[in-house]
Amino acid sequence: MKLMEYQGKDLFRRVGIPTPSGVFATTADDVKTFITEHPGSWVLKSQVMMGGRGKAGGIKFADDAAQGETLAKELIGKHLVSIQNPDGETVKSLLVEEKVKIAHEAYVSIAIDRAAKKPVIIVSAQGGMDVEEVAEKHPDAIVKAWVDPAIGFSPFLARELFFAAKLPAGYGKTFPKVVGALYDMFMTYGANLVEINPLVLTEDGAVIASDAKVELDDNALFKHPDIAGWNKAAPTDEDQAAGVAIGLGMSNYAKFSDEPGEPPKNVGTIANGAGLGMGTMDAVKNAGGGAANFLDIGGGAQAELVKNSYKLVTSDDRVTAMFINIFGGITRGDQVALGIVDALKGDDVRKVPLVIRLTGTNAEEGRKILADAGFFPVETMDEGAAKAVALANGGSN
Amino acid sequence: MSIFLDKNTKVIVQGITGREGLFHTNKMLAYGTQIVGGVTPGKGGTTIESGQPVFNTVKDAVDATGATHSIIFVPPFAGADALWEAYEAGITLAVCITEGIPAHEMLRVVATTPGMRIIGPNCPGIISPGKSIIGIMPSQVFKQGNIGMMSRSGTLTYEIVDGLTRAGFGQSTCVGIGGDPIIGTTFVDCLREFANDPETVAVVVAGEIGGSDEEDAAAFIKEHLPNKPAVAFIGGRSAPKGKRLGHAGAIISGNSGTPESKLAAFAAAGVPVADRPSEIPGLLAARLNVHA
Repeated sequence: MKLMEYQGKDLFRRVGIPTPSGVFATTADDVKTFITEHPGSWVLKSQVMMGGRGKAGGIKFADDAAQGETLAKELIGKHLVSIQNPDGETVKSLLVEEKVKIAHEAYVSIAIDRAAKKPVIIVSAQGGMDVEEVAEKHPDAIVKAWVDPAIGFSPFLARELFFAAKLPAGYGKTFPKVVGALYDMFMTYGANLVEINPLVLTEDGAVIASDAKVELDDNALFKHPDIAGWNKAAPTDEDQAAGVAIGLGMSNYAKFSDEPGEPPKNVGTIANGAGLGMGTMDAVKNAGGGAANFLDIGGGAQAELVKNSYKLVTSDDRVTAMFINIFGGITRGDQVALGIVDALKGDDVRKVPLVIRLTGTNAEEGRKILADAGFFPVETMDEGAAKAVALANGGSN
Repeated sequence: MSIFLDKNTKVIVQGITGREGLFHTNKMLAYGTQIVGGVTPGKGGTTIESGQPVFNTVKDAVDATGATHSIIFVPPFAGADALWEAYEAGITLAVCITEGIPAHEMLRVVATTPGMRIIGPNCPGIISPGKSIIGIMPSQVFKQGNIGMMSRSGTLTYEIVDGLTRAGFGQSTCVGIGGDPIIGTTFVDCLREFANDPETVAVVVAGEIGGSDEEDAAAFIKEHLPNKPAVAFIGGRSAPKGKRLGHAGAIISGNSGTPESKLAAFAAAGVPVADRPSEIPGLLAARLNVHA
């Protein structure tokens, strides 16, 4: 679960990482009222998930309440588009923050290093810009340290990073405290990534987290029901929301955009298991077509979930054929077949040509049930993918 | 020989009286696995229908049965606790079926359980066909033989193994390493064991996008398995960046975990990569100079 900047900063404050003063606003009136009560220069920052928000015109500066109101009206509802996010994102809320006087901008983040099986702390004295760009152009400007989870964070790690990254002396005393707090947050809230870019050293000598990029592990959300609710209040990923709405897991459904130079993504796919789901969309590509989506129905597929998954996939207008790929293990093929036939009897689903590959336990019985009901049962994944691609593109088989 | 388990391996089941735990305990017993008991706190002193004793703690179970292996069927919030309990009781290999254990808890578990091999979490388990299964795979698709198989996925394993079995390639051991970002046993750990297993003559690595386990496996094969042909498969090659596909570990983020990087690594190691699972037996036959 990715967090918006204002949500990330909420967590920063909980662990004691200083952030600029300010207020979260969803209307231009909120902004006007706030600046009226707190005269001065303020930054209006669009709250969006996408990267490149500044270049897309999502950050504005206001010196008084009237200007703040005008700019807020302009930003809220605006559709921001950046190079990183050509699809763009509509601004629904703003973070109004004090304008900090910047003496230096640094970068610090903590992520999970899968290969090392340890959290890795990444620091650079070159903050305020895209870290991947820094890594490419000045690899020496990026320093890393791995935390042994059995020991946890200890300040020496931050001191080593401070010297290795050649951070300005002004960060000195505060830096280990900020990194320690960030590590606490990383472990306590179960983050995949916590990033402060920039970590600002102000002209007054204060160290402040000016931005927040936080991604939490969905599996750890049960420990923090208040944060799990943030996602519901503001669905951050439409695919995720649509999948969860019909009872699938957080990452069991993903929709793919068409890409120039590639075949149209018009084959809907449903499989049992994540690996087989990925294999299925690959098979469609190998057959010369394009999978419109990934959908893992999970183990023990029930008729109702099959039906709702079918509905979800066909709600995408681009889908002109469907490929359901089931490898029966504990799940019996005849039961799956009966479920599919029954689920698709009604008139409340958009019907597209359907190819079903069914193998494993009781597959023969299952395929007979499907053939009798007028579907196209096949035995292998490659055969099914080829047939589905042909049907999607208007062929008969 | 086989790796990780054989027909004499003594196994306990953590969560033996739960719905999943009991169902799969019965299936494992039917296959011939030496399930010597299980653990459900509060049900110590009872037995399951087939007679295996239930204990309150893993320590009690290990003391009474001499079990060395454990399979864990507990809810996600109890996963780390179950692994630590197994470690403290002296279990040497724990298969963790549980899906949804927070990655941070696994970081701490892995760092604090030296000497205990953890398979998973979020995995289908391990099987040495014809000998023993500690897992939840549909055992009918497996056949005893000399191909070492390892995979990040469950259903894709069944798909590939079904093809191998039909083509006459039985398996020495199949390891489902799990689809999570932080897992106890990687491809390299499996390969290290397969390299020393005289029964295993060739290996199949069924990876997927995300992480760098496949790249590490390729490098290891090049270095340490000169006499054991390998064939690889990478699931999710057609996936766009930034989309997490079912497995928490299956995501291409930035330039990490891309199929291109994995293909290049296998190419550099001289390991053919099948474009589709159905090509694996043919590639294996070519490497072994036999007919599929």
